[in-house]
Amino acid sequence: MNEEQITSEVFVRLVELAALELTPNEAEYIRKQLNNQLKSIDELTRIPLDPDTPIASHGVPYTPVSSPGLRPDQCHPHPNPAKLLSGAPETDEGYIVVPEIPTQKLD
Amino acid sequence: MSQLIELSAFEIAEKIRRGETCAVDVLVAHLDHIRRVDGCPGALNGDPAREPDQVHAFITLTAERAQAQAQAVDAKIAAGQDPGPLAGVPLTVKDIFCVDGTPSTAASKILANFIAPYTATSVERMEQAGALVLGKVNLDEFTFGSSNESSAFQPAPRNPWDTSRVPGGSSGGSAASVAAYESPLSLGTDTAGSIRQPAAFCGVVGLKPTYGRVSRYGLIAFGSSLDCPGPLTRNVTDAALMLKVIAGPDPRDATAATVPVPDYLAELEKGVKGLRIGLSPEYFEITYFNAENGQFETQPVPALMKNAVLDAAQRLAGLGAEIVENVAMPHTRYGIPTYFVISRVEAASNLHRFDGVKYGYRTPAQPQDLRAMYRQSRGEAFGLQPKLRILMGMYVSAAQYSEQYYNRSLRVRSLIRRDFDEAFDQVDLLLTPTTPTAAFPVGGLYGDSVLMQYADQFTVPGNHAGIPGISIPAGMDSEGLPIGIQLLGPDFSEDVILRASRSYEIATQSEAWRQARPAALA
Repeated sequence: MNEEQITSEVFVRLVELAALELTPNEAEYIRKQLNNQLKSIDELTRIPLDPDTPIASHGVPYTPVSSPGLRPDQCHPHPNPAKLLSGAPETDEGYIVVPEIPTQKLD
Repeated sequence: MSQLIELSAFEIAEKIRRGETCAVDVLVAHLDHIRRVDGCPGALNGDPAREPDQVHAFITLTAERAQAQAQAVDAKIAAGQDPGPLAGVPLTVKDIFCVDGTPSTAASKILANFIAPYTATSVERMEQAGALVLGKVNLDEFTFGSSNESSAFQPAPRNPWDTSRVPGGSSGGSAASVAAYESPLSLGTDTAGSIRQPAAFCGVVGLKPTYGRVSRYGLIAFGSSLDCPGPLTRNVTDAALMLKVIAGPDPRDATAATVPVPDYLAELEKGVKGLRIGLSPEYFEITYFNAENGQFETQPVPALMKNAVLDAAQRLAGLGAEIVENVAMPHTRYGIPTYFVISRVEAASNLHRFDGVKYGYRTPAQPQDLRAMYRQSRGEAFGLQPKLRILMGMYVSAAQYSEQYYNRSLRVRSLIRRDFDEAFDQVDLLLTPTTPTAAFPVGGLYGDSVLMQYADQFTVPGNHAGIPGISIPAGMDSEGLPIGIQLLGPDFSEDVILRASRSYEIATQSEAWRQARPAALA
């Protein structure tokens, strides 16, 4: 197995996709830890798995008896929208303000 | 130490109902004690080494809220009304739950300025039952850790039994606040052992309910298929009392199961006669990854841990339980590597919502566009552990790797679940150590994200399987640090788990370690 599965190039791409920025020290620590974690989970690839083994998206099976029915898809106005907006970093007359949204001109 | 703070939650509620004390007096006694032992609360840019002899469980004290709640309880008593099953009982809340009007930080800079606009269902139910919310307690950032050292709010909690040790995590503030008699109850969460491991390290009871037993509404999510809110208490009766209040379906959480909630207290004293309790060899050894040589190494658990389990088995057998040895749990060792994949994928997904737009931290710089704002805000405000989890989760779920890692892990999870299903065909409960060791020193493991994760080896399989589990105090090591034992049971068997735990508690009531008190109280 490759000693460094996550190379510097792969790492830079991952950081970009994750919408993160890292200091050089953070990047060095995190990339090392990621590679160590990948080595430890490599064991999973060696477990003999019957292809019919089902995927478990959670442990407890949900049956019709134990599952709540889905709620009707109805919209309810919030009693106090101003309270929700008060947590936003920047607002203007009930709208949340963000920097310029990048756009690309289509030919 | 005031007598009022030594009372259990059950005793406090009884005394208040009988008019032998009042909620305001109970509150004052606890707040005075917190002032004495807790020291400064955790704060952004706080000094981790400040006041090393204090507990530091809290991030935010909500004394005024608790005062209003205490007065409301006393008014109900005066008016002859039912004040609720938790009348006047103090409560701390892990700061991963939203509580209306309080800072709800997840111990992260990215939510340091977030005031929750609503209250989590579990907290709301406890408040309606008469509990007094003392405040929000510290944790690993976004619950990502097993020691509390990753909190952005420093100083982080310390273990009340020895403040040079960690309290465990991620519900470290919860366990520390209960162990230090700052509160008889705390609400924590358990994703890989985050209730049970700190409970073991701090000598308290920690119950991880069945997935879906307690609503997750208002819980800031980490691993949505694994997270379970649950109680940390000083005795089993209080865990039963608290679970009864918080359990049950919730129209605001589609995963909260519509399974009837038993009267856990009524079941508690029924003993263990006839119960089949299993011991598994896979829970008497630890397998961990040695990054130095790239090999997996297996070692037996320390004799102290194994003997605590065998002693408990013997005591329960003496009370009429049947002990079944050699219950095979062959996939236990895969719990951690599977968790490395599943939890990271879910964490990465959940953490994308923190983007500096709707709430929380936004960079004060003036980024040129929205994408730069995302990157700068998240880069400046997430700590190392969230960044590590986001990147890992994105890598193992990427299209080219998801079959190799994520989908494979979900299949291994089926095998872990199958181990439990087959075990519970033979036995009613499994009895295991909670952790491989007692509390480790502050700084002992932090930084090595792989070794730190392996501290959860005996607890994480229960999260994969969704089954309930409890950690109960089971003695002390030679340095006076608490150790815990764990009982695991099939889905929705909390009543049986609590019953067996109570039997063990009674059987060990006269042991010297039951009389010991944490050093931080001296």
